[in-house]
Amino acid sequence: MSTELIHPENPVEQFLRSDRIPHIWCPGCGIGTTVNCFTRALIDSKANLDKLAIVSGIGCTGRVAGYLDLDSFHTTHGRAIPFATGLKLANPDLSVVVYSGDGDLFAIGGNHFIHAARRNVDIKVVCVNNLVYAMTGGQTGPTTPGSVVTATNPYGTFEPSFNLPQLAEAAGAVYVARWTTFHVRQLARSMYEMFQKKGFSFIEVLSPCPTLYQRRNKMGDGLDTMKSYKEKSKKRDGAPTSEVPLTRDGEIVVGKFVDRERPDYLTLMKAQFQASLGERYQEPEMHSGCEFEQSEIDGGTICQ
Amino acid sequence: MAKGAVEIIIERCKGCGFCVEFCPTKVLALSPAFNAKGYHAPHVVASDKCSGCDLCGMFCPDFAIHGWREKKASA
Repeated sequence: MSTELIHPENPVEQFLRSDRIPHIWCPGCGIGTTVNCFTRALIDSKANLDKLAIVSGIGCTGRVAGYLDLDSFHTTHGRAIPFATGLKLANPDLSVVVYSGDGDLFAIGGNHFIHAARRNVDIKVVCVNNLVYAMTGGQTGPTTPGSVVTATNPYGTFEPSFNLPQLAEAAGAVYVARWTTFHVRQLARSMYEMFQKKGFSFIEVLSPCPTLYQRRNKMGDGLDTMKSYKEKSKKRDGAPTSEVPLTRDGEIVVGKFVDRERPDYLTLMKAQFQASLGERYQEPEMHSGCEFEQSEIDGGTICQ
Repeated sequence: MAKGAVEIIIERCKGCGFCVEFCPTKVLALSPAFNAKGYHAPHVVASDKCSGCDLCGMFCPDFAIHGWREKKASA
């Protein structure tokens, strides 16, 4: 009889490619925290992991796809959403999650983001926003607030920045929320709600970048940033997204801003085809994954 | 009797201190000892206070700590 207590495994462990851990994220970086929340949401929503795909772009957050032991794809820079759109259209049974950073989703991939939101493709987008291009050395990105010192703006940024929830709402997203890495329970809850939602869902997560953002701006380390999130954030569910821009030291409005219903892309496509083709319209045969018998593969049957 | 307990994988820790700062019952402190990479991992200083809420496990960016609730009336 063993005297050691049998204790449960860390819930995140079953979703990790443990041979790749420890990860490359800096001490005090919040991306790992968002991964914890994501895995808790997966457990709570009892998602079928065979029907789930994670797509990442390039950047620090883009590494998430490589660390999660799920069907994941690490796409080219900015093209996570187009890849995810293709996945969803080819296999509508899949639940497709795009997990990427602000530089990837809103700079090089900004166009794809607004059009996927406009079309209301049924994908879930998690954007970990650390306010700079972190992996390339801390240059000014589209979300960098004013007066922040970056590698490319040593005297402070002066460009106006994106307000991501407002952009997502204006483009047509059906679910828009913002949290910080301090709000772990709320973020996990929000990700759970995102899994229940049909349509283009968007969650922005503010995360510390102690190496390239906080250090240059003398804001301390990751822990100091987490404390400042605790002090400065204010929960306002349903706040008009025009009132939630981020500033260097100002208040951070968090919460669920938008939760609405709009017909998604595939529904609209089907309705249009039925309206214009009438009885000639046939449901396309969808292959749910590649569940082929070996004999079919040997016999040369290909995916239709 | 503590309501919960935590497990720390010392070699994964990067010493960010999130778990120490945000533990609601202040169970943890950063250890003076180093791990193999030179970081100070947390250690348990008040194990009887642990409620097993797993907030440390939610915060830990390095998947190095997690908590669990002890079952009541354990055999």
